[in-house]
Amino acid sequence: MPADGGIGASTKRREDVRFLTGNGNYTDDINANGQAYVYFLRSEMAHAKINGIDTSDAEKMDGVIRIFTGEDFVEVGGVPCGWEVTDRFGNAMQEPRHPILAHGKARHVGDPICAIVAETLEQARDAAEAIELDLEELPAVIDMKSALAKDSPKVHDELESNLCYDWGFVEENRDAVDEAIKNAHHVTTLELRNNRLIANPMEPRVAIGMFDRTTDEHTLYTTSQNPHVIRLLMGAFVLGIPEHKLRVISPDVGGGFGTKIFHYAEEAFCTFAAKAVNRPVKWTCSRSEAFVSDAHGRDHVTKIELAMDKDGNFLALRTDTHANMGAYLSTFAPSVPTWLHGTLMAGNYKTPLIYVNVKAVFTNTVPVDAYRGAGRPEASFQLERVIDKAAHEMGIDPIELRRQNFITEFPYATPVAVEYDTGDYNATMDKMIEIADLAGFEKRAAESADNGKLRGIGVNCYIEACGIAPSNLVGQLGARAGLYESATVRVNATGSISVMTGSHSHGQGHETAFPQVIADMLGIDASQVDIVHGDTSKVPMGMGTYGSRSLAVGGSAMVRATEKIINKAKKIAAHLLEASEGDIELKDGQFTVAGTDKSVAWGDVTLAAYVPHNYPLEDLEPGLEETAFYDPANFTYPSGAYACEVEVDPETGKVTIERFSAADDFGNIVNPMIVDGQVHGGIGQGIGQALLEQAVYDDDGQLISGSYMDYAMPRADDVPFYTVDHSCQTPCTHNPLGVKGCGEAGAIGSPPAVVNAVVDALRRAGQDITHIDMPLTPSRVWQAMQS
Amino acid sequence: MYAFDVETPSSVAEAVAALKDEEATALGGGQTLIPTLKQRLAAPEKLVSLSGIAEMKGISTDGGVLTIGGATPHVEVAAQGDFPALAALAGNIGDPAVRNRGTIGGSLANNDPSACYPSAVLGTGATIVTNTREIAADDYFQGMFTTALEDDEIITAVRFPIPKAASYQKFDQPASRFALVGVFVAKTADGVRVAVTGASEDGVFRWTEAEEALNKEFRSDALMDLDINAMNMIGDLHGTKEYRAHLVKVMTRRAINAIG
Repeated sequence: MPADGGIGASTKRREDVRFLTGNGNYTDDINANGQAYVYFLRSEMAHAKINGIDTSDAEKMDGVIRIFTGEDFVEVGGVPCGWEVTDRFGNAMQEPRHPILAHGKARHVGDPICAIVAETLEQARDAAEAIELDLEELPAVIDMKSALAKDSPKVHDELESNLCYDWGFVEENRDAVDEAIKNAHHVTTLELRNNRLIANPMEPRVAIGMFDRTTDEHTLYTTSQNPHVIRLLMGAFVLGIPEHKLRVISPDVGGGFGTKIFHYAEEAFCTFAAKAVNRPVKWTCSRSEAFVSDAHGRDHVTKIELAMDKDGNFLALRTDTHANMGAYLSTFAPSVPTWLHGTLMAGNYKTPLIYVNVKAVFTNTVPVDAYRGAGRPEASFQLERVIDKAAHEMGIDPIELRRQNFITEFPYATPVAVEYDTGDYNATMDKMIEIADLAGFEKRAAESADNGKLRGIGVNCYIEACGIAPSNLVGQLGARAGLYESATVRVNATGSISVMTGSHSHGQGHETAFPQVIADMLGIDASQVDIVHGDTSKVPMGMGTYGSRSLAVGGSAMVRATEKIINKAKKIAAHLLEASEGDIELKDGQFTVAGTDKSVAWGDVTLAAYVPHNYPLEDLEPGLEETAFYDPANFTYPSGAYACEVEVDPETGKVTIERFSAADDFGNIVNPMIVDGQVHGGIGQGIGQALLEQAVYDDDGQLISGSYMDYAMPRADDVPFYTVDHSCQTPCTHNPLGVKGCGEAGAIGSPPAVVNAVVDALRRAGQDITHIDMPLTPSRVWQAMQS
Repeated sequence: MYAFDVETPSSVAEAVAALKDEEATALGGGQTLIPTLKQRLAAPEKLVSLSGIAEMKGISTDGGVLTIGGATPHVEVAAQGDFPALAALAGNIGDPAVRNRGTIGGSLANNDPSACYPSAVLGTGATIVTNTREIAADDYFQGMFTTALEDDEIITAVRFPIPKAASYQKFDQPASRFALVGVFVAKTADGVRVAVTGASEDGVFRWTEAEEALNKEFRSDALMDLDINAMNMIGDLHGTKEYRAHLVKVMTRRAINAIG
């Protein structure tokens, strides 16, 4: 058993004490002296020409400080996009301007048109109602395929069309894939939709802008997963504020799930307005507002074709996807359907030829960007669904069909440009079969039948790519940012440690897991280590937390910095012990001269570093603080096998999940309890996508599932008790911890398992059903059973 | 929300007097009205809170009639034992916070087409008691969000004749967990009554064809040949008109089977 507090221990999350006792310090808990409030007047039309804005009455109302419109932001930059995709013809994507406040046109319901800064929020709202908007409604562009028709209205008049890009990957394989599909023994085809989702973190977005006239310094408190990214994007590309005059702080953040990665107009507005009105300006997003202003997720329409020989060996895969970008390009939107999606289309299988075509489309809807998994769930879902259908068509057991096509030798270079370092897909499959008790399924199915229910089982595999890297490669792919991570390990005089990490914790448990790593390396108690994060003035330039990267990339930076600490501490210990540096060993917080009983404690060495009376000053600087920037050599590739068992009520179509089993390979694990929690949360969101959640627009661009009255979030009784296992461990070969990342796995692996299970249940009942689009609501399942 | 005044009368008479003001609106448990105010979708100048009126609270049983004060929260209805089907219905409304604040009078005055209580009131032939009169259930519900109540009329109590047997079967709308379809079936002294909520664009209604069939033979098979017209059903994101019509039949059958 690992020591409590070290690597491998299920140490309880120390941050939970403050979260569970209501003592978290969230952005909305922060109030500045003299703070004013902003209310955004948002478009109620999906697409409208702004003919005029009359604020004259509103400006005279009580408490109104100033009203801003798009005209006020003509001189500053638009909200920037952080990734440029090159299309299959070698051209850059179409990249429209995204103004801070709508200018000329409003392009989606929720697009902010005016911002009213007032003494109180209610006064700002009162004033908003007194603003006269002269809007001319234009036809809304909603359906992606219609948006690409020649005669479609355009979301952005200055662009050639509503096509952002037409991306082919790998373009050189296109003809060979076409040929292989034409000549194959059997081709299984599936058309499906990956439903649009709204992340709905528990804490809505909040921003407070502040400006200090005496120092010219701006401060932005914001609910971000990556404050340095916000500082860079907003400072350099929107407002022209140099970094030393701009501090971005993200204190406790109540969940992100991707939607808090991006730089939003409201952040830039509060920063800009604080200087303009010389008051701190606070914005707290209401839940209703979040539905029409937080970036949405997914929303792909796909046709996938899998070609096989007569034995079921995969020969070629071709996909054709329309990806909804919404009205503007959110920060990382272009990368999601391309580099985070196309590169994963090999899945766990040795399909030799793959071609992925993606058309990204502008519509009059909220921008779409990364949501837990980001591109990888979309890849995994279509692949695992088409394999399930192929197994049925070929008369091969779905597990066996997968096994016979598994990649078994590593490293493995896929035909979609990535190299898997390690994995053992048969091991996770075996483990899943064991923990899911597949052997007992028929008995359970018979019991369900006795109760008038249809039981089905769905299995699937997944692979994901975490810790997107290395920076020089992603730069070639269009990223406008580096994807390293930073850490400063500051050892204090009496031996306690503050770690400044560029990663950001918004539920992941970094404050517990990161100290476990350092405590393990130094042999000291984890309580001696604290994590500092989320403040650009405190931590070195870091890239933040998303894509399951924190431990694999941020943790690795921390390890590198700690290694530097150990090297220097050994030099100090060698001096104190009058021994050679090469003979010094560090164990259990003691520096010992190898083979002797001469030792000095960790605290004595750290004190010597800061009170350098007996110290080799001529050879060594005092102090004990080191920084490392870690840029990974490759992605990490977690993988796993999942099984879902459902019951379908044939009378109502209602699906209940009876069992859910997940066997994951995350490489080495620091805190198994936190990993369990991450997998549980991911599966919960995956079940939400599969059964409940859907952001639905009508033809006029109104979001008809725009509140919890119609947008169904998963609740405790919608999900079963999960059986999760992560004992299959093939450590990552290229990071110092051998870790892979676990944050998104559950959300990637679970939707296909659920849908496969429901289709299986219906098939077993004699229904000729091959697919139902998510979410599998009772109404949809019942409808499918009627046809 | 907009600014408003609040009055907290301690008697029905005071409340009625306060509601004479044209700009005043009665506030029950606030489970619908408060969110509406927060969204600025209503702008009353004055709210008259009914929750401090002792004579409108509490539950009593006398001679086979269960009387529930109009300001009684769902949690108390759920706890009574004299009318188990009604207790089960109340215990499954919303969540604990809603059940602690929401009141039977508020729910019935609002008459949301997906609310649970209207089906029990109509399904038992209960009587709505107001400050001025008594209204039979069959006369009270007049379409979604519409009732026989006059402007300054307050539901002071509801009198349920306790049926010989009853069951409420609710199929949840997945997001709101209001009734996508809810069916209340009761064997009353005057025969079987079947009331349906959630399904119809006209709000709660009695399925009279089913009642006739069940009065002849109280078995779920008695519904076999009955079909409910989907024309007036609600069709939305959560289910088509046809799906709701189908669910009416399924939930009715389940209620019959639950009664046994």
